[in-house]
Amino acid sequence: MRHGGSLVLASLALVLAMTAPGAAQRTDVVVGLVLEPPHLDPTSNAAAAIDEVVYANLFEGLTRFGANGDILPALAESWDISPDGLTYRFTLHDGVTFHDGAALTAADVVFSLDRARAGDSVNAQKFLFADIEAVVAEDDRTVVVTLARPNGNFLFNMAWGDAVIVAEASAGTNATQPIGTGPFRFETWRQGDSVTLVRNPSYWGEPARLERATFRFISDPTAAFAAMMAEDVDTFPVFPAPETLSILDADPRFETVVGTTEGETILAMNNRREPLDDIRVREAIAHAIDRQTIIDGAMFGYGTPIGTHFAPHHPAYVDLTGLSAHDPARARDLLSEAGVEGLRLSLALPPPVYARRGGEIIAAQLRDVGIETDIVNLEWAQWLEQVFGNADFDLTVISHTEPMDIEIYGREDYYFGYGAPEFQALWDELNLTLDPDRRNALLGDLQRNISENFVNAYIFQLAKAGVQNVDLEGMWINAPTQATDLTQVYWAD
Amino acid sequence: MTRFVLGRVTMMLASLLVASIVIFLVLEVLPGDPAAFMLGLNSSAEALQALREQLGLNQPVLARYGAWLSGMVRGDFGISYTYRVPVAGLIADRLWVSLPLAIYALTLSTLIAIPVGLLAAANRNGAVDLGAMGLAQIGIALPNFWFAMLLVLVFSVGLRWFSSGGFPGWEDPGAAMAALTLPAIALALPQASILARIMRSSLIDALEEDYVRTARAKGLTRTQALIRHALRNALIPVITIMGLQFSFLLAGAIIIENVFYLPGLGRLAFQAISARDLIVVRSVVMILVFAVIVVTFLVDIAYALVDPRLRQGRP
Repeated sequence: MRHGGSLVLASLALVLAMTAPGAAQRTDVVVGLVLEPPHLDPTSNAAAAIDEVVYANLFEGLTRFGANGDILPALAESWDISPDGLTYRFTLHDGVTFHDGAALTAADVVFSLDRARAGDSVNAQKFLFADIEAVVAEDDRTVVVTLARPNGNFLFNMAWGDAVIVAEASAGTNATQPIGTGPFRFETWRQGDSVTLVRNPSYWGEPARLERATFRFISDPTAAFAAMMAEDVDTFPVFPAPETLSILDADPRFETVVGTTEGETILAMNNRREPLDDIRVREAIAHAIDRQTIIDGAMFGYGTPIGTHFAPHHPAYVDLTGLSAHDPARARDLLSEAGVEGLRLSLALPPPVYARRGGEIIAAQLRDVGIETDIVNLEWAQWLEQVFGNADFDLTVISHTEPMDIEIYGREDYYFGYGAPEFQALWDELNLTLDPDRRNALLGDLQRNISENFVNAYIFQLAKAGVQNVDLEGMWINAPTQATDLTQVYWAD
Repeated sequence: MTRFVLGRVTMMLASLLVASIVIFLVLEVLPGDPAAFMLGLNSSAEALQALREQLGLNQPVLARYGAWLSGMVRGDFGISYTYRVPVAGLIADRLWVSLPLAIYALTLSTLIAIPVGLLAAANRNGAVDLGAMGLAQIGIALPNFWFAMLLVLVFSVGLRWFSSGGFPGWEDPGAAMAALTLPAIALALPQASILARIMRSSLIDALEEDYVRTARAKGLTRTQALIRHALRNALIPVITIMGLQFSFLLAGAIIIENVFYLPGLGRLAFQAISARDLIVVRSVVMILVFAVIVVTFLVDIAYALVDPRLRQGRP
């Protein structure tokens, strides 16, 4: 009987397979996202979910991130940098229009950058614009940006979703009716369900191959699995149920895609508080951590061990995991050397799986070297206020997902409280340096500085584990920024 | 009857006012700053201050409560901190999913429970009764989200009769009803099980009353006595439970909404709480309080319709 059933199914599948080529090639895609964006204006909210819908698809900046994190021209077709690194002269593409038909001119660039750095700006990444002294439109297609001090990261900064170019007429309504310059324009947003974009027929560059893209918001892991299996969704770039990825991978209809992200997952320590202000105690904690156990236990094996706050896929990355190799005996020695006994610390955990599951494993590993922890589970809003805002914590597990954010170690008032002068000196030198090799060497020194000072315990780089229909081509594998770039996506025959 | 209704309406308004104060105060003491949530890990103190000013978070507590209350009376619930659209519209959209879903589920559960309860009571301790009550026991024991996942696996992943979730909107009523069908079944089954058991036991109680014996003595058959005399008297506890169930279906469907990723009120409240979109949270909670109070009011009216003694204010 069971054989009979599977025979029927098999012949059904055969019939379906035979009829499939006759069907027209698909020109739409349904992308599953875990979080719904609160609104669609990337210039006034830090939520990664906004960029996951609009980045490169709807809004564009002067420059943009490529699939591997390289900086590519976007609205600016070219630029000249003065020898002192203080003046950037951008030439804009010809014939760029916003989705409402208005032409993009240099005045729009001046407006966007001035708005982002203004006193009443609510841009979540205001530091990107901090070094700008003046933005001037020389003519319709030429913008000159003058910096107060050289900043080797400036072109990189302009690629962020927070630095996209918007028009003055629509800046106030982009949250609900976004008007950009990208290859897709906004169609509908069914709040709580989906956002739909359609191809922009008058795009200035190479037009998108898809006619329509729908982003569906599914946060429940089981629902995400069912949506994939029922083929209601074509791809989940970040799949919320990694435990079922092997099942989906075994299915010939789907393939899993595992890439890297900019998310350094760390056990952050409050460097201001006793006894964590003692480098020996921090070193002891770093040696107590067994990275691979955490990756296997909390992340189903997805993740790359790191020994510093830097993405392993970056050319300047230095593997420093050896400095804080798993060594419980050494950890115990360091603790007794520091004269610390019966240490009890609080461990604040925000909601993501890496923190909640990873935190339990870390607590067990710390207990192994004689450190007891009190686990405190916090919601995001609580974590942001208590840990991040008021630095009221001992230990916390958190993934820093912003690209190239090693800069935060230079801020004295940042929540873990480092900001050592020698780090700041290196950072300032980096900003004055334009030579790529020298820059990479300096980035290496920065990584060594925080690793040797055991500012935090560096655990692993968050992986981007996703799943997609096998016929879908052109999706990003890695995530140099949190985005779903659909501009090159198409269906294979 | 008029005095009865007037009394209930006054009670309703007083409950709403008390609820608004409690809701506002509870959300005031909740830790977490909406502005900090929106601007994330790299935000500057300056931008945070600008955003707080823009959202009106710097005003005194009493002024914000007053503004909220007077706005609500005019039907203006304010602008959502995170979504940046009027809260009233946001809630109305979600109600168009949650309310039909609750009604759909309650209809299904009533259509199942009343006949099953009647049959079971009529065949007390017979095979039908034992079978139906056994199934009801299982229905109560099953967690509805588990049952929902089972429905998805069978009807969406396996048979492909329904999509696995989402909501296409009411522009196409057929598609909208189809999208609500699996969630409604998942919600209705446990409710139907409870309702059938209540129906059965209150019918059995009624069947032992003197008036049923009198009716039987007049020459009515057992079934006639059951339908004409026992059923009406047995309905009061059933209506009470239905009222409670409707409130639960409206406010408590969040787990089912998650399984089927439906844009309902429960998910709106959940997302708003985690984003500290307090203006949305308190308005959603207020709407739910309002719904529960209205349902309770309607249940009271229904009692009065079923039981004439209540109409005249007698116990």
